[in-house]
This record gives sequence, structure tokens and C-alpha cells, in this order.
Amino acid sequence: MVGVSDFPFLSILTGAPLVGALVVAFLPRAKPELAKRVALIWSIAVAALAVVMWIAYDANGARFQFRESYTWIPAWDARFTFAVDGIALVMLLLIAVLVPLVILASWHDADNTRRSVPVYFALLLALESTMIGVFAAADVFLFYVFFEIMLVPMYFLIGSYGGHQRQYAAVKFFLYSLVGGLFMLAAVIGLWALGGKTFDWQNLLSADFTTNTERWLFLGFFVAFAIKAPFFPFHTWLPDAGGAAPAGSAALLVGVLDKVGTFGILRYCLPLFPEASRWFAPYALALGLIGIIYAALLAVGQNDLKRLVSYTSIAHFGFIGIGIFAFTTQAGTGAVLYMVNHGLATGLLFLVVGMFVARRGSALVSDFGGAGKLVPLLAGVLFFAGLASLALPGTAPFVSEFLVLLGTFTVNKTVAVIATAGIILAAAYVLWMVQRTTQGTLNPALTAVEGMRRDLTIREKVVVAPLILLILLLGFYPKPVTDVINPAVQATMQDVDKTDPAPAVQEASR
Amino acid sequence: MHETVEYAAADGFLSTVWLLVAIPLASAAILLLLGKRADKWGHWLGVGSIAVSFVLGLAYFFQLRGLDNKSVELTLFDYIQVGSLHVDFGLLFDPLSAVFVLLITGVGSLIHLYAVGYMDHDPGRRKFFAYFNLFAAAMLLLVLGNNFVMLYFGWEGVGLASYLLIAFWYERPAAATAGKKAFLMNRVGDAGFAIAIFLMFQQLGSVNYADVFNGVGSLSSGVVLVMGLLLLLGATGKSGQFPLQAWLPDAMEGPTPVSALIHAATMVTAGVYLIARSNPIFSANLTLQTVVVSVGALTLLIGAIIGCAKDDIKRVLAWSTVSQIGYMFLGVGLGGGAYALAIIHLLAHGFFKAGLFLGAGSVMHGMNDQTDIRRFGGLWRYMRVTWATFGLAWLAIIGIPPLSGYFTKEPIIAAAFERDGWTAWLFGMAALLGAAITAFYMTRLFVLTFHGPKRWTEDIEHPHESPAIMTAPLVLLAVGSVAAGWLMSTSVVDWLTPVLGDHSGEEAHGVISHGLITALSIVVTVLGAGLGYALYRGGTAMQEQPAGPIVTAARRNLYADAFNEAVFEKPGIFLTRALVFLDNRGIDGLVNGLAAAVGGGSSRLRRLQTGFVRSYAMSMLTGALLVVAAFLALQLGWLA
Repeated sequence: MVGVSDFPFLSILTGAPLVGALVVAFLPRAKPELAKRVALIWSIAVAALAVVMWIAYDANGARFQFRESYTWIPAWDARFTFAVDGIALVMLLLIAVLVPLVILASWHDADNTRRSVPVYFALLLALESTMIGVFAAADVFLFYVFFEIMLVPMYFLIGSYGGHQRQYAAVKFFLYSLVGGLFMLAAVIGLWALGGKTFDWQNLLSADFTTNTERWLFLGFFVAFAIKAPFFPFHTWLPDAGGAAPAGSAALLVGVLDKVGTFGILRYCLPLFPEASRWFAPYALALGLIGIIYAALLAVGQNDLKRLVSYTSIAHFGFIGIGIFAFTTQAGTGAVLYMVNHGLATGLLFLVVGMFVARRGSALVSDFGGAGKLVPLLAGVLFFAGLASLALPGTAPFVSEFLVLLGTFTVNKTVAVIATAGIILAAAYVLWMVQRTTQGTLNPALTAVEGMRRDLTIREKVVVAPLILLILLLGFYPKPVTDVINPAVQATMQDVDKTDPAPAVQEASR
Repeated sequence: MHETVEYAAADGFLSTVWLLVAIPLASAAILLLLGKRADKWGHWLGVGSIAVSFVLGLAYFFQLRGLDNKSVELTLFDYIQVGSLHVDFGLLFDPLSAVFVLLITGVGSLIHLYAVGYMDHDPGRRKFFAYFNLFAAAMLLLVLGNNFVMLYFGWEGVGLASYLLIAFWYERPAAATAGKKAFLMNRVGDAGFAIAIFLMFQQLGSVNYADVFNGVGSLSSGVVLVMGLLLLLGATGKSGQFPLQAWLPDAMEGPTPVSALIHAATMVTAGVYLIARSNPIFSANLTLQTVVVSVGALTLLIGAIIGCAKDDIKRVLAWSTVSQIGYMFLGVGLGGGAYALAIIHLLAHGFFKAGLFLGAGSVMHGMNDQTDIRRFGGLWRYMRVTWATFGLAWLAIIGIPPLSGYFTKEPIIAAAFERDGWTAWLFGMAALLGAAITAFYMTRLFVLTFHGPKRWTEDIEHPHESPAIMTAPLVLLAVGSVAAGWLMSTSVVDWLTPVLGDHSGEEAHGVISHGLITALSIVVTVLGAGLGYALYRGGTAMQEQPAGPIVTAARRNLYADAFNEAVFEKPGIFLTRALVFLDNRGIDGLVNGLAAAVGGGSSRLRRLQTGFVRSYAMSMLTGALLVVAAFLALQLGWLA
């Protein structure tokens, strides 16, 4: 019997946006509105399909579902294999939800460039295709290919449609990623050669390596992922890229693309190299911790809104890193939930900052001041996004941050306590940013700017409303997401051979 | 030691107790979503929602009174369920949460009503009521949660509402800064609170009240101490206690009804609630109790001393709040029977301090928003209701029998004298001294405002009494200020026994007799008030006079702000600037420089824009070099 789970969800989800991209790219340049509409409708259709897949997914079923496998390069035993676990599934949903909103938010982003408008939206769809592919791949070589190809649309989005210093930022983004990719390529080849001449993830799971080999292979993957995420000290490309990219692309860059790094660690580093993961864990925790404090302090000191948001992201990735390497169910589930929530919250933050920048024609904090008087709704949304970013209870990020810190505390008190100090810094950078842009005396220069007299448009309301709703919904009732993530995280913890510690009191009475 | 803590499941009417939170929350959401469309009637929805909550609260209260075990628990849904962690969205309605519900919704209704008049001319009145309702919902969740995560949830929610309302007039830089300061200082405490929750889970595997309280006995005393200190840190932040007291006076930038409800009657007492609720933890460690008592005693003196030196009517009252909550901390720190004393002082304080703040608002309303008490004088003739109600609240706070403050503050002073050894003298005398200073500064405030010569600014010809919608709540609060103490002194103490323990049979052994303490506290109060009257009945200088080191220090908030600025703010700003420089020039420069060096002498990465292929090649070379370097490192054993 052909059930709904036999439907080739993943190859269609990966392929459909690519087809859409080709269609949109070849639409006449003179009809930008048509291209925008086609792109939007196409992405909504993809989102609908993703939702159907989510409904068809059985949270308590097999670890990997919707598996498809097609011949590709038999000589290397590389195949087009797609499959998702709970972690990949929620990331796919995040992508599917964000892309239509980003397309809608980017409606006028390409209008004033000399470049083609249809190509801009085609690039967004192409990016969606590669992002879905990278999360859906269950073949290491296929993953690597998507990992690298993903750079291309983003490179052009930043380099061709970005703002100030876009060329510099795009090249820097590309180089950093490429260097990481080279490390990974070396590790992928090593994995293939020493792991039984196959790229199939499932088969590689049982491969045995010597301690040293395993550590080197781990390191190859980890460096690539740490650059992508990014973790300190590989982070310096992100503020440039996030600052120069159009706001919508920046939302996707930080909200989704960077998650490939943390996702890769969870899917490849931990299960394939469990011993090395445990061995490197203290160093990874240290990097995460430095990131939380260091990037938060840098965010406080920024005068450019988009760079500021980029730095907050680096701090957030520190939390995710800690959650992954604490190796407890709570911390791990928290880390994955963090990846989803951060996509929603920072995505919203980037989009709303983009709305400010589009109106003012500048991203500098000092060019604003008292803007709440002119655009109260927009200021309110900025504040809400800020609250989500500082993980206030009632917003989704609270649950994930709480889980990460609590789970980490059960195994490493020092790390958890220092990381908790990060929540104070988060309040500092959010509230100071809100104060300097929207509160206080109205900057007289603002009233002279035509755009600043227009509050949220209907299009913008349609962009922010679903995100606000999702952030609140998952803030009060995260269960639909945690129930999907939880089994996958527990399986990953088994892969690294870690179990949660029992409560100290029970431990003592044993 | 402790009896097992057990809560029965709610059924029947009490299973709708969630409505208490949901009604004001829904009202807040409606007011925010409808926007300007609700401007005409929004404030009445705001008042109505909290009034309905009050009526419901009363009904639930009487229902609870009829139950044997006096507590019901209600699980709404699974909130967080991961591994062995299980956090419910769960509520607990018991004697302690019941009295808080009545305080929040009762006094809250009066202040909401008052605010209809007070905010009449403010274009943001609808938004104000949305935030006010949001606050009520969060505060009710705070006191109704059945686990520490729910408490934290409400705790952060009231913090948000407090921020929004302090910075309500956000176009004033001072208001925006005060809101941010409040939020940040609270976050310091919140971090401590959060870590306490992690510690509970790590030790006991649960964050539910029942599990934690029943497990306290199995914890080592060191763990109990740390857990308690972390909770205390949270409590000091929210309640404006030492060392996190500096935000509360600045919070007076918010509209006066906010000062009355949030920064006097309810939210700032959440720290007291936290400690009273966690009484099994705090009672389990003597060192911990001594720390709480010390914080309370120190803060009650700090607040009282600074209160003497301020000339802004709301700031005096704010420091008075700091000081009075110090008494409550003293009470919950003393433990035993004093837990209940702290709670009744908290309730009585809710009446008279709300009355004082609303009275101050009424004075400002009639005096063109003047807040400087040097610019008042002789107002009793022009605003009789405000004068009379303020006067009763004044007598209540300084503890003149038979008004409420006497019944609630004096027993705390007596309890302090019942400690062991020399600490009885230390804390008892501190509490007694605090009572004397309180009488002095409150009398100064009252006399300078309502009596003595007129010292008004020229623009004021005829100060007017406020409309009935504002004076009616004043009258009701005055009734509470008069009667609440006597009414509560035994009934509420008995009512709270299921939560705070039965201590009626315990013999009190004070270092001096209770009768003498009563006499002493009345004497020092009368002396303090008399001195205040004698010094200020003739008015005061219009300018700040040169003063000795103590008065100068008090005017500067005992240098707490200067300390924070010198130790945290300035180094913090320097650190962020240095790091921004380092990150741009240092780490990024290093990476760029390395890449450039590899790329063949080009000084900046920027130049690589010229050739995409070249940069590709260069990056491959860089990667290869790094791989070689890594292998070398392995060979040399650096990473092994």
C-alpha cells in the first residue's frame, strides 16, 4: 500500500524551489511584479507541502523518515539519499515558513538596484532549494555538495544586491566558508577512505576509527561547521555579511544558513565521531562560552543596527554550542529548539531592522532617536523582537535558553553559571538599542525623512504577524516542536554514549 | 521536621481559577490589538477586567475557606517536558496565594479606577491600561504558579510591565533610562533566581513546589544555603533591597498610579512572596536566615535615611517603600511566626502606601504636576479629601495605634528582639531606630505638603481637589489603612498557618519584654514625628542648603549610584569599546592579514575583490597551509 509516508516529500521539497527559481529567473525583467508574485506563490506552495509532511511525520516512529535513495555515483557509493529526523524536520519547517515571509519583506529591496528584480527572487528560491537539500541529505557526499552550493546564491544576494561594502562582505563570506569547506572536504574524503568506502550516513555510523583518526576527522568537520555557525574566533565574517546583505537575505543567512553549522555538528560530528566529540567537548564548551560573553559585549558597542543583530546572533550560537556539547537531553533539545526559535526571533529582528533601514536610508543607530513617536507600531515590533531575542518568558526563545542552561547545569555548573550571565548582557544590548533608536528625544533629522512618517504598511504587517504569533505560540506551548525534537536528540545522545545524570539527592542515597 | 507538603487537585468552581490570569490578559491583548479604535472606552475595559478578577478572587477565596486542606492545584497543560524534566503550566490556590490575589485585584481595582481620572488627558491612556492589565495578569500568575518556573514566568512578566510603565513617557530621556535601569538591575537578580531553579532540578529532579519543599530535608546544608542565597538575590532585585535597591526610586519616572500599584503595593513585594513561599528552604538554614535579616535591617535603615534627604514627594515615598520592604525582609528572615507578620505588614503596606502615592498624585494633579515638597505648603485647606486620607495613611505608616501600621510593624520589631544573643540587640535596635526615622521623614513630608506657609510657584493660583473618580479610591484605601492592621493581626495570621506553619504555641523570649518594646516603639515614633513637626511646621528653605557629610551622602542615595557607575558602568563601556576595536582590528585584522600574506603580499583582503578566481585559489592555498600546519602540530605532539 502506498501511504502518505511513501510520497517523495524530500526530493520534491528540494527540487520545487529550484524549478521555481528557474521559472522566475526567465521571467521578463520588465515585469518585476510578476516575478515577485510567482516567487511568493511558489514559496507558499512549498510551505504548504512542508506542513503536510510535518503532519505525516510520526514523532514516535523511526528515527529517520521519508527516506528516498537514488543512484548517483556508484563508483563511490554516493547516492541521492534523503531522509529526515526530528531535528532536520523542524529546520525544514523553519525554512518553509521563513522564505515566503522574506520574499514578501524583500518586495522592494531590488527595485532601486541596477540589477534584475526577477533574478533577485530567483536567487532567494534557489537558496531555499539548497538549504532544504542540506538538511534533507542523508548521504555525506550529497550533504557536502549542498553545503558548498548553498554559498553561491547567498554570494550573489550579498554581492549584487547588498548595501555598503557588499563586495568586500560577499567575498569575505565566500572565502571563510570555502576555507571551512576545504577542511570538510578533506575530512569527507578521509571518512570515505577509512570508513568502508561509502558515503551513506547509516552505514558510516558503524565505522570504526582509531582514536587519532577519529579526532582528525572530527576536527575537519568541526572547523567547517564552526566557521559556518559561526563560533568564536571564526565569527568575523558574519557582522560584515549581515551588515551588507539585504535585510531579507540577512534574515535567512542568520536564521537558517548558519544553523547548518550547528545542525552539522549534531548530525555528523556527534554520531560519527562519538569518542572525539567527548574529547573535544571541553574546548567546544569554552568556545561557546567565550562567544556568549564576547559577542554580547560587542553587540552592546555597535552603532550599526544590522551588525548589532549579527553580533547578538553570535552570542546566541554560543548558547546553541553549549547545549550541544553538554550532552544531556535537556541541553540538546534546548539547542535544537534554540535553532528554530532563533530563526524566528532573529529573523523577525532582522526584518524589522530592515524596515527601519529602508525608511531611514541608514542603518546607523545614531541616525535614529525617538523614532517611536513617528512609527509607534514599527517601534513596538522592534521591541517585541528584542524581547524574544533576550529570551523573555512567554516568547519562544525563553524555553530553549532555559533548557540549554538547565541541562548544562546538571553536568557542568561553572559553564552554566557563566552562560547565565549572558542573559544580563542580552538585556543590555536589546534595551540600549531600543532606547537609542525609538525612545528619548525625537531626532529632528528623522522628521525630515519622508519614509519615517509612514508606519507599518499592510504588506509589512503580513510579514511580521505570523512571526509574532509563532513566537508567542511556541513561547506558551512549545510541545509540538519539543515532541518532534526530543526522540532525535535522545538518539544522538545514545550515539555519543551519554545519559542524563540522576538528581544529586537520589545519586547520594544510592 | 516539616510536614509533607501536599496539594489537592482542583475541581468544581475552583478549577476555573485560571480565569483570574486570563481575564486581565485578554483585556490587555484586546486593548493592544484594537489600537486607536478602543481609545474611547478602553480604560473602562481595563478597570472592568481587574474588577471582575477581584470579584472572582473573592468567590474563590470563600470557596477555599470551606475546604479542609485549604489548597488546590490545577494543571492547565504541559509546558516543558524533556527527559526527566517536567514543568506544568500549573496553578496553586492556597491561603498565601489567596491573600495576594485579593491584594492585587482589590487594591489594583482601586488604582485602575483612580487612573481613569489621572490619565484623563493623556493621549496614551488606552495603552496605559493595556500595560496595567498586562501587569495584573503577570502578577497574578506569579502568585498563582505551582512551581518555580511559573513563578519565574510571572516574575519576568511583571518586570516587562514595570519597564513598559516606567518608560511610559518614553520620549523623556529620564523615563527611558529609568526603565532600562530597572530592567537591567532586575535581570541581575533574575540570573540568580534562574540558577536557583537549575540547582533545584539538578539536586531534586523537580521544580514543583511540593517536590522541592519535601526534598529540602535531604539536601546538604551547603546546597540549601546556596539555593537560598540565589533566591535572595532574585528577591533583592525585584524588591529594591540592598544591594539592588538603586532602580526603585528612579522608577518614579512612571505615571503615579504605576508607582502606587507596581512600585509600592504589589510588584516590589514579590521578593517577600518568593521568600515566604520558599519558607521550607529558608527555615532550613540559620546562616541563610541571618543573611536575609541583615539585608532587611540594612535596607530599612538605608531607605529611611535617604527618605529624610529627598525633596521630591514621590522619591521620598519610593525610599519609604524600600525601607518598609526592608521590614518585610526582616520579618521573613526572622522566620517562624514572623513569616506571617511580614505578610500582614505587606498587606497593610499595600493599603497605606497605595493611599500615599495616590494622594501624592492627587496633590500633583492639583499643582500642575509639581513634585517638589518645598513648593507645596498649606494645601490642607484646598484639598480636604486628599489631606484627610493622606493624613490617615501617614499615621498608619508611622505606626500610631490603633492604625494598621502599628499592628503590623510593631510585632516585627518585637520579633527581632526575640533572636538569640547579641543579634537580638543589633536587629531589634535597627528596627526601632528605623521606626523613629520613618516617623520623622513621613512627618516632614506631610507637614511640608499640607501645612505651614504656602510656597507655591507663581503659576498656581488656586489648587483644586481631584475629581471623585480619584478621591473615592483614596477614601477606600484610607479605610483600609485605618482598619486593616487590627482586622488582620490575628485572622490572617491564622489563615496563613497551612502555608507558613503554626507558631502560636511558641513561647517568645525577647531580650526585653514585649510590653516594653511596644512602649518604646510608640515613644520613638512620637519623638520622631514631633521632631519632624517642630523642624518643618514653619516651612523649609527653597534651595538645597549646604550640608554635612551625612546629609550630602543621603541626598546622593548613599553613593550607590556613584558606586555602580564607577564599578560597572564606566569599566563596562570601556570594555565594550576596547573589544569592538579589538574585534575589528585584532581578530579580523589577524585573519585578513594572514589571508593577505598568503595571497602574495596584497595588504588588504579588500583588493581580492578584483579577482574572484584569484581569491578562490588563495583560499585553497590557505586551506592547504592550515592542513599542513595542523599535521605539523600533530607531529610535534601539540594536540595529542
